Amino acid sequence: MSTMVGTLFGAEFAYWQTSGFRLLMAFVAVLLPAGGTVYLYLFKMVSFMQSRLGPMEAGPYGTLQLVAELGKNVQKEDIIPAQADVFVFKAAPYVVLISTFLLVLVVPFGPDAVFADFDTGIFFALAVSSVSVIGILMAGWASASKYSLLGGLRAAGQLIAYELPLVLAVVGVVIQAGTLSVQGIVTSQAEGEIFGWGGVGNPFFLTQLVGFFIFMVAVQAELTQSPFDMPIAESELVAGYMTEYSGFRFLMFFIGEFATANIFAFLAASLFLGGWSLPPFVADALFADGNFSPWMNLVGPAVMGGKMLLLTFVIYWVRFTYPRFREDQLQSFAWKFLIPLALANIAVTGLLKVVF
Amino acid sequence: MTDLADRRQMAYIAAQAADARVNVELEAEGMNLNIGPQHPATHGTLRIVVQLDGEQVIAADPMMGYMHRGYEKLSEVRTYPQVTTLINRIDWLGSFANEVPFILGAEQLMEIEAPPRARWIRTVLFELARIANLTLFLGDMGVQLGAVTPVFYAFRDREYIVNQIEAVTGGRFHPNFDRIGGLKDDLPAGWIADTKVALGEIRDFCDQMEDLLVGNEIFEARTRGIGVIPADVGLSYGLSGANIRGSGVDWDLRRDSPVGQGQGLAYNEVDWKVWTHPDGDSFARYWVRLQEVRESCRIVEQLLDGLPSGPIMAKVPRIIKVPAGEAYVATENPLGVMGYYIISQGGLEPFRVKIRSASFSNMSITPWLLKGAYVPDVITILASLYFILGDIDR
Repeated sequence: MSTMVGTLFGAEFAYWQTSGFRLLMAFVAVLLPAGGTVYLYLFKMVSFMQSRLGPMEAGPYGTLQLVAELGKNVQKEDIIPAQADVFVFKAAPYVVLISTFLLVLVVPFGPDAVFADFDTGIFFALAVSSVSVIGILMAGWASASKYSLLGGLRAAGQLIAYELPLVLAVVGVVIQAGTLSVQGIVTSQAEGEIFGWGGVGNPFFLTQLVGFFIFMVAVQAELTQSPFDMPIAESELVAGYMTEYSGFRFLMFFIGEFATANIFAFLAASLFLGGWSLPPFVADALFADGNFSPWMNLVGPAVMGGKMLLLTFVIYWVRFTYPRFREDQLQSFAWKFLIPLALANIAVTGLLKVVF
Repeated sequence: MTDLADRRQMAYIAAQAADARVNVELEAEGMNLNIGPQHPATHGTLRIVVQLDGEQVIAADPMMGYMHRGYEKLSEVRTYPQVTTLINRIDWLGSFANEVPFILGAEQLMEIEAPPRARWIRTVLFELARIANLTLFLGDMGVQLGAVTPVFYAFRDREYIVNQIEAVTGGRFHPNFDRIGGLKDDLPAGWIADTKVALGEIRDFCDQMEDLLVGNEIFEARTRGIGVIPADVGLSYGLSGANIRGSGVDWDLRRDSPVGQGQGLAYNEVDWKVWTHPDGDSFARYWVRLQEVRESCRIVEQLLDGLPSGPIMAKVPRIIKVPAGEAYVATENPLGVMGYYIISQGGLEPFRVKIRSASFSNMSITPWLLKGAYVPDVITILASLYFILGDIDR
């Protein structure tokens, strides 16, 4: 399918056109869901959960609050602590944000709507997701603040610990799909059958429920969201590695955090919920080629958006409900519970793959 | 409360403390961390200097006084009725409770006794102040542990009680309502029924907190076995209130002092219970305060049902001159035992007022308690000890 990227609805596009379009869409795919979920969930949903209204003044129902926040952060003074390692301090937010943009590259939004369809896509995604650890460590170290240092070190320990269950949870899916390409995983779900019935395809969360659970827990930890928000624990470390950042640099961390949440939700949707594909009986009724009609390049992003909203809803719901684990407790949760469970899941999946 | 998980937690804490002691002996070079005076966990301007080895506390040193307002000295240049305006601001969450021991002390010196109705209403307001104070703690403990939602519920439901206090006294935060010889005013019409509704809301809030926090595995993991205060250590540091009742010491001045039992407050007239918890950890302190809020609701309801009629004010001279003498009156305030030592030389103003506030004494155990804890546990322990900065630095 990746060979067809240059054509859409029979029209040919030049290389610079597709490249420019992809660049534009990469920004859209990162920033639009980030803004959407921040407004919908972080501003509004959580306010309703906490019996308050949330932003109401900027625009109808506070819809322009994001613009106001952007303006506020851009006009703030750019403070760099006197003792800071200036270059590293300035570079850290970019490193975090770059990891987010690299992550979105492998997410497919339609049969042709992919930024880059690597054969080892999911492997690439899991590898670049840990680039953000470097950025966080850089921020924690270069800030020359004790709170930042503690936060950065906590983050490094935590993100590395939860990288493992994240990878292991995906292995089950890869065994089932027989490919490392994210597009391939989505396709195999769309074409899959449940005991010979292909009406809804075979979304992997049915068979990989344990893997899905582990993946979502590990994602929560990778995002340093409560109950795994020890690195930015606001009641003890003020804001962890972000303590010394202000203005636009803080905004970049903020965008990085919430955009990464969405992209992990995109990935989880691709791996476990069938990605951009509609249930085949719906797709077949709508389009001649079913899920592989060119129209799916337009419907796919909407389907992905819906699934992403569903998953980020869970992420934020958990975030605003639970108290946080202590550092040692979350480590032992990863090493003593999640990783053995993930390994058992892989063993069972492998066994069943051989049997069937 | 000694199932396997708990014992493992205790053993873990003991091992931690032992490690910290070894580090002290080796004189490992640590990192000094200033928690405060401006810090999200201190609710004001408390500063704790902790010496860290990694994330473990080797030594902790609370530095108080950033909010000292000199109320003891200021009281000396104010007449007795004026003093209550000041001392309202000591524990600002349960303000009415600050006035009561001072007024009772002055009444003792003047040998005036408030009429029964005033005593009962005083007790009702005293308990409402306790509810207004402790509900905020119940929510705030969640914030300190990373669950932001409970505190919003706490503020929402505390509002019902604050409204009721406002309806009687006219002040939401600083009622300034207690008078020598009685109260300023009687209850407004319809207040009793409204208060019962408000108490229902508080009961729902307690159930909600029980679901959200007490029953939560993470909350239990974060609080059980953390900051254990053995009863004898707690007593030797002068802890009071729920902090000492959480260690299993059955001591409550509402029941155990003559002031609570009829001489000023009417706790002898109602059926209630002092809650204790044997564990002495952060969880126990939270649990005891949760039960105390429920018990306060019971006390207030019983008092409102049996409210006697009669005057609200005893016969008091228009210009209050307190005869020479000394009196110490302590009551069981929301934060613990609060007492006023009043020395009068027969003038319009007190000669000297010594304020024994609960948080100041409760704070004194922190260097002992924080040794060997991790930074996240420091916050848990400070939150569960529950101090109010105004109550530490008068």
